[in-house]
Amino acid sequence: MITLSVNGQQHSYDGDPSLPLLWFLRDEAGLPGTKYGCGEALCGACTVHLNGEAVRSCAVQIADAAGKKVVTIEGLDPHGNHPVQRAWRAVNVPQCGFCQAGQIMQAAALLATTPNPTDAQIHTAMAGNICRCGCYQRIESAVRTAATGV
Amino acid sequence: MTHIEKNSPPLVENVSRRGLLKGVVASGSLIVATTYLPKRAMAAWATGAGLMPHGTVSDPHVFVAIAKDGIVTIVAHRSEMGTGSKTSLPMVVADEMGADWSRCRVVQAPGDEVKYGNQDTDGSRSLRHFVQPMRQCGAAARLMLEMAAAERWGVDVSSVEAVDHAVVHRDSGRRLGFGDLAEAAAALPTPAPDKIRLKDTNSFRYIGTGSVPIVDLFGITTGTATYGADIRLPGMKYAVIARPPVLGAKVKSFDGSAALKVPGVEKVVEVQGWDWPAKFQPVGGVAVIARNTGVAIKGRDALKITWTDSPHAVYNSDSYREMLLENARKPGKTVRNDGDIDGAMKSAAKTITAEYYIPQSSHAPMEPPVATAWVHDGMCEVWAPVQSPGGTHDDLVKTLGLSYDKVKVNVTLLGGAFGRKSKCDFVLEAALLSKTLNAPVRVQWTREDDIQHDFYHAVAVERIEAALDANNKVIGWRHRNAAPSLFSTFMPDPKMQQPLEYSMGQVDLPFAIENIRCEVCEAPAHSRIGWFRSVRNVPNTFATQSFVAELAHATGRDPKDMLLELIGAPRIVDPRKTTVDLWNYGDPFETYPIDTGRLRGVVELVAEKAGWGRDLPAGHGMGIAVQRSFLSYIATVVEVAIDDKGNISVPRVDTAVDCGFHVNPERITSQIEGAAIMGLGIAKHCEITYKNGVVQQSNFNDYQVVRIDEAPRVTNVYIVPAGWDTPSSGVGEPGTPPFAPALCNAIFAATGKRIRNLPIGDQLAI
Repeated sequence: MITLSVNGQQHSYDGDPSLPLLWFLRDEAGLPGTKYGCGEALCGACTVHLNGEAVRSCAVQIADAAGKKVVTIEGLDPHGNHPVQRAWRAVNVPQCGFCQAGQIMQAAALLATTPNPTDAQIHTAMAGNICRCGCYQRIESAVRTAATGV
Repeated sequence: MTHIEKNSPPLVENVSRRGLLKGVVASGSLIVATTYLPKRAMAAWATGAGLMPHGTVSDPHVFVAIAKDGIVTIVAHRSEMGTGSKTSLPMVVADEMGADWSRCRVVQAPGDEVKYGNQDTDGSRSLRHFVQPMRQCGAAARLMLEMAAAERWGVDVSSVEAVDHAVVHRDSGRRLGFGDLAEAAAALPTPAPDKIRLKDTNSFRYIGTGSVPIVDLFGITTGTATYGADIRLPGMKYAVIARPPVLGAKVKSFDGSAALKVPGVEKVVEVQGWDWPAKFQPVGGVAVIARNTGVAIKGRDALKITWTDSPHAVYNSDSYREMLLENARKPGKTVRNDGDIDGAMKSAAKTITAEYYIPQSSHAPMEPPVATAWVHDGMCEVWAPVQSPGGTHDDLVKTLGLSYDKVKVNVTLLGGAFGRKSKCDFVLEAALLSKTLNAPVRVQWTREDDIQHDFYHAVAVERIEAALDANNKVIGWRHRNAAPSLFSTFMPDPKMQQPLEYSMGQVDLPFAIENIRCEVCEAPAHSRIGWFRSVRNVPNTFATQSFVAELAHATGRDPKDMLLELIGAPRIVDPRKTTVDLWNYGDPFETYPIDTGRLRGVVELVAEKAGWGRDLPAGHGMGIAVQRSFLSYIATVVEVAIDDKGNISVPRVDTAVDCGFHVNPERITSQIEGAAIMGLGIAKHCEITYKNGVVQQSNFNDYQVVRIDEAPRVTNVYIVPAGWDTPSSGVGEPGTPPFAPALCNAIFAATGKRIRNLPIGDQLAI
């Protein structure tokens, strides 16, 4: 039995310890905000925070999350008002919206360690998150908005 | 209009609405006739909406419900895949009825075209075909509220008006909120069309302002918006399917014993496949059922399957490309013939020829296909991200042999689509599996499944020859293409482009050239062909707009001047007489002619805004391209920067859009921003190749798309202002086609290297 904390609640899993954390979150824990996009850590749609660090939950085995703190988009802020979420809304970032949970989790992790990122730092941090609708300019703008509080 | 007790779920049936619906269906007149009404009545312009299955519906009894607390619920009947139509169309209703948007809620309709009219969210049609019915719907709802208030006060209806979620009596200032009037208004029959008055367009509160965010914005940013993969039913099984690697192959035999040993795997079952061509029916395969998707994927890796042979195993992209080139060098079937091209070629002082190659590509929406189905007790209910809920409904009825009313298609948000989710094979798979397993089933496609079993954007060779006279005037234009047809998905392979395809950028050439011939050449299909955002406009526009710049270079002219010279004077170009079955995006040519004045207009506007001809830093270049597609006119200028290693970046994109009367300029801007990025991906990266009938790419490592660090730095969008007298035209798709040629023209300006083969890949690497 593997136990882990997700959004402050204790969860356990009695199955294969090599299960990607993503599928535990989505199909077992009932937290579908974290999205599947590639399964190979190539697109960033499944980004969550593991002990505060942005990780691709499709590439983390649940056994490696045992005893650790996982935060998903559902748990980023109790009212959905994390500065990054507010900035995303202020800039009207999403089109289809499917990748945005991963984008937001990635951006929140970036700003937690780099409160005022340069353009190059934003690009480096966000380059692992694909948006097929092409919202990149607004994503960049929203990260800057979240950083400056404007 | 329905009144509802409290703010309960708005689609609940009540007696009055059921009665009204019956009347609507029985008479039929309110459903389809609106789009054909002459101008003096309701419709400002005629569209082809009535020719789509089930036409249009504009009855507020179908689309609007008002609760006693005043909350107005408006039905969005088109699918939301990122264009914003789920917000924009209900916003039109709200604005027209005088509602306060903050007190409106939007609900997604299930698939039911008999009730809602056509729901096929495709072809950039949502606003184009439904802005009029939705205005009519809102205006009818407003009148019903006004009639209810007038009745209550015992005054003439002409003395009251709906303003800001209430009806006001002008003389006395008396006021009744929409909630107070809900029950009485809902009891009224829908007013006759000639009683309905549309608002003055100057009095819009939301339309045209770009001030209304998308309705799912909060849900998207908090992870609570529901996409196809987010449905979870009690007792639901999780499935992934191994599908035949080559089109046309089937399961010969399989051994699921190793898969069944994977902890958490519950079952291994075969999934029915159909012989090709089979429209959207599944290709079949072997499904692994498990306690969650991750386990199912692991189980699938352990399957041992032997597939039957397929004639499509001959498909190799390298040799196929040579065949297309060879075929395009020979005369094909003539589909447009103006003047005497052979004479023009003979009399030419100079001829110029270029061949362009545009590879096969995959939609790769961020949400791979996924669907949940529950077939039980002679019924089927599905939850899926489908572009065509009505078509999906019909295909489920046929596939399962159920009656119309025993199928329900619930439409989730679509995590991107771009044409892929017009094809409901993944929904049919889920339904077939649910029937087999007698349980709710969610079928998840992996990214590998998506990239290897798509309905692809077809590969194309485009060959253009121009004849020039002694003064460098273009006197002849011959455009041949060789590309497999999407109709091979529906019928025995026609082995060449069909009217719907060649009318997107080949035969609709808007140039003032006396002698034009368009030909289509043989190209058999070996994969499932579908339609991808802007469809054949992508390869055709890449060829025609690159070629214009090539002609400019060959004759020493500025590319923008060359383009305007070829477009010629403002006029209506009508290729119908010289074309075999010109397709005008399904809409009347009279409403949407090919207007070179508007085409010139966007070229001139974008050139001015982009500062065409301005001084650029070393290594930079500008390129321009224009295309009328989905009845809109869109011109793009790309500024490119090439570094000393040949790496491409795009400091700036400018795009001018003339899409007629428009509702939500903010979402138009976002569509164009996204189209530039998708266009950049088409130009730089996207390519699907085959070896022995098998797709060679599998995920975002080898099927590259644009990431944030290579996105254009700035995309400026200029929307041409237009009143209600200019018919609305498409926005979702037409931003894409001009980008790749504008980019490659810019690359030529910067480097002198002409890109004729996509993707660019490492062609510029030094």
